Amino acid sequence: MILETKLPGLPMKNPIMPASGCFGFGEEFAKLYDLSQLGSIALKAATAEPRYGNETPRVAETPAGMLNAIGLQNPGVKDIIEKKLTWLEQYQVPLLANVAGSTMEDYENTAKQLADSGLVGAIELNISCPNVKEGGIAFGTDPDLAAELTSRVKKVSSIPVYVKLSPNVTSIVDLALAVEKAGADGLSMINTVTGMQINVNTGKPLLANKVGGLSGPAVKPIAIRMIYEVRQQTDLPIIGMGGIHSVEDVVEFLYAGANAVAIGTANFTNPFICPEIIQGLEQWAKEKKVANIHDVTRSEVVEQ
Amino acid sequence: MIKEEMRIRSNLPIAQHIFEMKLEGNIPEEVNQPGQFLHMKTTNQVTPLLRRPISICSNDKDKGQLTVIYRSGGQGTKCISEKKIGDTIDVLGPLGNGFNIENVNRTDTVVLAGGGIGVPPLYGLGLELKKKGIHVVSVLGFSTASATFYHDKFAELGEVFYCTMDGTEGHKGTVTDVMRRENISFDQLFACGPVPMLKSLEDTFPDAKGALSLEERMGCGIGACFACVCHVQDDPTGKDYRKVCSNGPVFPWREVALR
Ligand SMILES: Cc1cc2nc3c(=O)[nH]c(=O)nc-3n(C[C@H](O)[C@H](O)[C@H](O)COP(=O)(O)OP(=O)(O)OC[C@H]3O[C@@H](n4cnc5c(N)ncnc54)[C@H](O)[C@@H]3O)c2cc1C
Ligand SMILES: Cc1cc2nc3c(=O)[nH]c(=O)nc-3n(C[C@H](O)[C@H](O)[C@H](O)COP(=O)(O)O)c2cc1C
Ligand code: FES
Repeated sequence: MILETKLPGLPMKNPIMPASGCFGFGEEFAKLYDLSQLGSIALKAATAEPRYGNETPRVAETPAGMLNAIGLQNPGVKDIIEKKLTWLEQYQVPLLANVAGSTMEDYENTAKQLADSGLVGAIELNISCPNVKEGGIAFGTDPDLAAELTSRVKKVSSIPVYVKLSPNVTSIVDLALAVEKAGADGLSMINTVTGMQINVNTGKPLLANKVGGLSGPAVKPIAIRMIYEVRQQTDLPIIGMGGIHSVEDVVEFLYAGANAVAIGTANFTNPFICPEIIQGLEQWAKEKKVANIHDVTRSEVVEQ
Repeated sequence: MIKEEMRIRSNLPIAQHIFEMKLEGNIPEEVNQPGQFLHMKTTNQVTPLLRRPISICSNDKDKGQLTVIYRSGGQGTKCISEKKIGDTIDVLGPLGNGFNIENVNRTDTVVLAGGGIGVPPLYGLGLELKKKGIHVVSVLGFSTASATFYHDKFAELGEVFYCTMDGTEGHKGTVTDVMRRENISFDQLFACGPVPMLKSLEDTFPDAKGALSLEERMGCGIGACFACVCHVQDDPTGKDYRKVCSNGPVFPWREVALR
């Protein structure tokens, strides 16, 4: 009971979930451990039609981080529902379905199909993917567009809608407040930070897409600051992410104001990271005599 | 597939920037084909962050040992090269699908065509072929004489043609040049090396049977992140794909687009 976390649409055993795009649809990790241990699973982005994504190289390593420009490769929402979600149902883990698109209609259409499937607990609107040419990123940087998209998706979705915010903005608080007003049930933050790497031997960008999204420990302080700022302005549930590699990182996100956390890049360095952190967090709470993980809140930080 | 701390039994330079490392653990027991690979964590720090994919060169189930050969170039492989005997290293493996030799006939001649750091997995493949009594010819290309390795080992498998780009050892030129010039024929061709080498082999021997092993930058190494995809040949939609880490790294000739 110490770790139980109840968020809109996501009744979780614990506040830990793998982050979207870093866990596929769970099939690979199911060969390594029992997925039913997870609090939730944020699924890889779904689009209305299948997508191939960008050319390779799609990833580059950076100090304490990595850049990616996968380009939302996925088999399309229809296949995802029929093949991936029906398979995932056996684990009885509430699913957070990440939705991406190029137009508002795309988002509405994809979100509605996912909600109507009855197989997911909530929608995560990916308005912050830096790696696709059109749409996506514009919805994530303009508060008016973000609000319009949120309210349109809310209208067609029978389940809660989280909006995944981009850190690539001047004021993330403006975005958070805009989507809150438009009816968002929660926020997830942060998506990757746009970045670039140039191969000094060739003088050319290393990624085929030239730019990509930075993730991993390098972005953690950015995520912590942004969650801390947004928490001062809203009571919406926040799923925090960005560079989490350890139990201490999770606790730091909770102090900043997150209600739950997602773990992305760390799944690549250690495919067992999610269950290890769940165990570690329980241990930590016992050692610190924390009766309930949600007693670890921002209030203690703010008092100072 | 397991993740374990493998014990380092040796880690020595065998050519310029090239190291041979012997590792002990439970992974050797799980290896089922030559050409599978390991995803190795280079340090416990957050930099370098990502694991490094390295092919299994040879595997000894009985001893619980395997050998890898790697080029120490960038940050991660440099960390690996600094590890000492008795140290452990965090390894995920065995990963991917290796060379399938079930369709190689006892009477076949197999050519192993390797380029540079693509040579190591071909040695393990050669051992398996030899065990089956198959005639093996190796054609191994390197940049220069100081980069060559495993002379004695490949000699034990059969005839070996060395080629170097600068002519400092063996034949001057590429693997394809030498195969054409020396009229080296085969029933099956297995290759591993840089894409231009694989492409020139595929263009020169458009009907070849056998397989090639591909490299791509990886994230997870297990099929979850879609970092390592490649296009397939004869795909007008451009939407079909293979993941190098989990569908490969070994593919039949003419299955994946080489570019
Ligand atoms: C299936 C497979 C098998 C391989 N087997 C071998 C082997 O047996 N021996 C060997 O020496 N090398 C092998 N390689 C290549 C090896 O993975 C790279 O040389 C190594 O990752 C480079 O790391 P670094 O720390 O030296 O370079 P850095 O420049 O520090 O690497 C930066 C990032 O780029 C990636 N990267 C750089 N070059 C390559 C490359 N050629 N292929 C894939 N990723 C790359 C690294 O993994 C890392 O994520 C193999 C690659 C693959 C995909
Ligand atoms: C390879 C890769 C693919 C990703 N794909 C998606 C995606 O499809 N949708 C999305 O909302 N976020 C995606 N992300 C962002 C992550 O979900 C997460 O927000 C970000 O990586 C920060 O967390 P981390 O540092 O723990 O990875 C992706 C990240 C990576 C590294
Ligand atoms: S490296 Fe992640 S899918 Fe191949």
